[in-house]
Amino acid sequence: MTGPHLLEVKDLTVDFLSLGGAFRATSGVGFHVDAGETLVILGESGSGKSVSASAIMGLIDTPPGDICAGSVTYRGRDLSSLSEGERRDLNGRRLAMIFQDPLSHLNPVYTIGWQLEEVFSVHGVASGAEARQKAIEILGRVGIPEPEKRIDQYPHQFSGGQRQRIMIGMAIALRPEILIADEPTTALDVSVQAQILELLKKLQAEDGLAIIMITHDLEVAANMADRVIVMKSGRIVEEGEARAVFENPAHSYTRTLITALPHADDGAAARPARPAGKPILEVRNIDKFYTLSSGFFAKPARLHAVKNLSFDVAAGETIGIVGESGSGKSTVARVLLGLNEASGGEALFHGRDVLKMDRRQLLAFRRKVQMVFQDPYSSMNPRMTVFDIISEPWRIHKDILEKARWRDRVTELLGLVGLNPEHAKRYPHQFSGGQRQRIAIARALACDPELVVCDEAVSALDVSVQVQVIDLLAELRDRLGLAYIFITHDLPIVRHFADRVIVMKSGEIVEHATTEEIFRNPRHAYTRQLINATPKPKWQTAADAA
Amino acid sequence: MFAFILRRAGQSLIAVIGLLVLVFFLSRLTGDPAYLYLPLDSSEAQRQAFSEAHGFNDPLVVQFGRYLIDLTRFDFGDALSRNRPAMEVALEAFPQTLKLAVIAIVLSLCLAVVVGSLAAARPNSLFDKIASTASLAGASAPDFWVAIVAILVFSVGLGLLPTSGTGTALHWIMPIFVLTLRPFGLLVQVVRGTMMGALASPYVKTARAKGVNRSRIVFRHALRNSLLPVITVAGDLAASLVNGAVVVETIFGWPGIGKLMIDAIVRRDFALIQATVLVTAIAIFVLNIAIDLVYARLDPRIRFETR
Repeated sequence: MTGPHLLEVKDLTVDFLSLGGAFRATSGVGFHVDAGETLVILGESGSGKSVSASAIMGLIDTPPGDICAGSVTYRGRDLSSLSEGERRDLNGRRLAMIFQDPLSHLNPVYTIGWQLEEVFSVHGVASGAEARQKAIEILGRVGIPEPEKRIDQYPHQFSGGQRQRIMIGMAIALRPEILIADEPTTALDVSVQAQILELLKKLQAEDGLAIIMITHDLEVAANMADRVIVMKSGRIVEEGEARAVFENPAHSYTRTLITALPHADDGAAARPARPAGKPILEVRNIDKFYTLSSGFFAKPARLHAVKNLSFDVAAGETIGIVGESGSGKSTVARVLLGLNEASGGEALFHGRDVLKMDRRQLLAFRRKVQMVFQDPYSSMNPRMTVFDIISEPWRIHKDILEKARWRDRVTELLGLVGLNPEHAKRYPHQFSGGQRQRIAIARALACDPELVVCDEAVSALDVSVQVQVIDLLAELRDRLGLAYIFITHDLPIVRHFADRVIVMKSGEIVEHATTEEIFRNPRHAYTRQLINATPKPKWQTAADAA
Repeated sequence: MFAFILRRAGQSLIAVIGLLVLVFFLSRLTGDPAYLYLPLDSSEAQRQAFSEAHGFNDPLVVQFGRYLIDLTRFDFGDALSRNRPAMEVALEAFPQTLKLAVIAIVLSLCLAVVVGSLAAARPNSLFDKIASTASLAGASAPDFWVAIVAILVFSVGLGLLPTSGTGTALHWIMPIFVLTLRPFGLLVQVVRGTMMGALASPYVKTARAKGVNRSRIVFRHALRNSLLPVITVAGDLAASLVNGAVVVETIFGWPGIGKLMIDAIVRRDFALIQATVLVTAIAIFVLNIAIDLVYARLDPRIRFETR
């Protein structure tokens, strides 16, 4: 193509200034995008991908940000020289952006109609009844049912997927030329993710949008991208046509990312089921209701979070519980650990009902059953050192270990999870997400449990780190004979790890079988949907359509 | 919404009754009114006759029962010190306090929202520094001191404003200024803090990506979100003003309910004490309901939950 690209970023270098000195977020980043194509910026957290996008929109606050070098040009025009007014005119009209978490990115105190109409009114396109009519049309276009009714509702009255549709509607309202999508489906369930990606493609085909999509998810990237750039530590390590990059990665980092990916349909066999031994945990007909707060005179509504759930866990066995948000999978974990009360049923641990234990019995029970939580950032006390965190169980259960041996045992545990003994003196914030999850595992192992419940334990981690943590869990299982209940929304991830899989939907088990069976011959439609929800690469779908 | 008000009214009724019980018995600990109302050389028999006439000789429980029965007939007793129905006296004084309180709180709220928002929009600017210093000073200066200094400067020194009393518009200036100062100072700090948080929020980023201009971001997008804590603090401050700004009313000789209450306590005027407490308690109950309704008006998520 001749002439300047629609949008071009050259040599972008951005620093963030803090008390500790300058932190370089991106360094010499350059890319371009043209009408009708999708450029995916792929990278893990901290790779500088979001910073590049914010720079295009002029959303980097200076200070603390500092754009040291480089330029962003739109149709040959340098955007850094824009006045505040010119920038406002461009944002929303020519360039638009959507974000990861649509709930917090929509203003909670205004109706979605108000927020949509604002796009028209601040750009002087339409106001009053005309803007409202246009807003209703937009809502219909992005697939919100009954837009005339729903336009006067507030963001909290919509589902996550609908909120992202509304965000997209706001972004495309003035038919911009470039849409920047910053992790638009990361906070959504896989089935909803597929719908949002379809919507973006549809809008792109209709309007000739150029899309810059930022993601850490390789499957989403492959599904959307015409071209890909891969970023690591603020630099571009690889770029090219999507198919070439994915099928023939040149850089070792890209290769690591791609091999780290658990494929639902890869050739390798699922973990073969082993003959189950005597069950250590028998869950029988567990029910859990939540009573919702309601009006003054209205009958209190009940939310049936878990319905009549039964399964067993044998020693050394791994059960994967898979489901989307709202399926009740985390409630199961909380009930089994006695963190929430069950509304009915029983959970026998070595024959004794966990749900009827008193405080003293629960304390003894929790020694044998430990939990690893999703968010390694908030589940550890920031003012405790790693030594304090790991040794805390020994403070509570005084008979496990005499104090003189604590230091040796912490060193041993840190070694077991792949950390160094000197890490014991540090605080949680000095570690990466993956390292923190290792610390959480070490803490769980401190009281020699028989069963570890992992609630979305790898969901907050980057893909390459996810694999490392799962490998660690598998190794510990084989060495220590641990049993796991591994709760996740990501079905492919349990393929090589779990012995059996339970698929949950709306509080009920829809399928319960060995991992091999689930992947080879999924019986329930919902299970098939979860397996197939993984987005297919664009070059494959294009070939299928042809 | 109606059900909500009804429920709140029910809860408040219990609180008001508890308060009245407390006030009834506590006020009787202040001493025997007979010693205050009769001449110093009055005889024991005269004092007995006085107490008998006003029913102070009956057991406390009987007196309280009589008080409750009278209450159901909306008879709040006579103010000893004024020989008039106590409620009439209280209701005469209350509007004077209410006017001051409303003007002071509305004025301080409006000023604080503007000053606090502008300070938050440009943190560490000169305006922000002046606003922060001035608001801190306003929040920490004791009102009796400000009142006395103001009288010294504007009335005694410059002779511009009257020292006390009511009547002309000039009489309002100093009491309102003194009463506005502290709420203004506190509210500026609250507005600035919550506004800074709101301006750093994701939805403000969305607004910037939409091309919304700065003042609209501050005063439309962020302000309504940051008002909730401000309303909480303002409600607290308003309650203390409706209660009667005792010190300020006394210094400026303002015939409000705060001053009346203090006078009634000093004169052991039990009926009047009870009447003033009842009036202010009801006023604060109404104020609290108003705040809850403002909350629901500002934040649709709250409205949703009360349904």
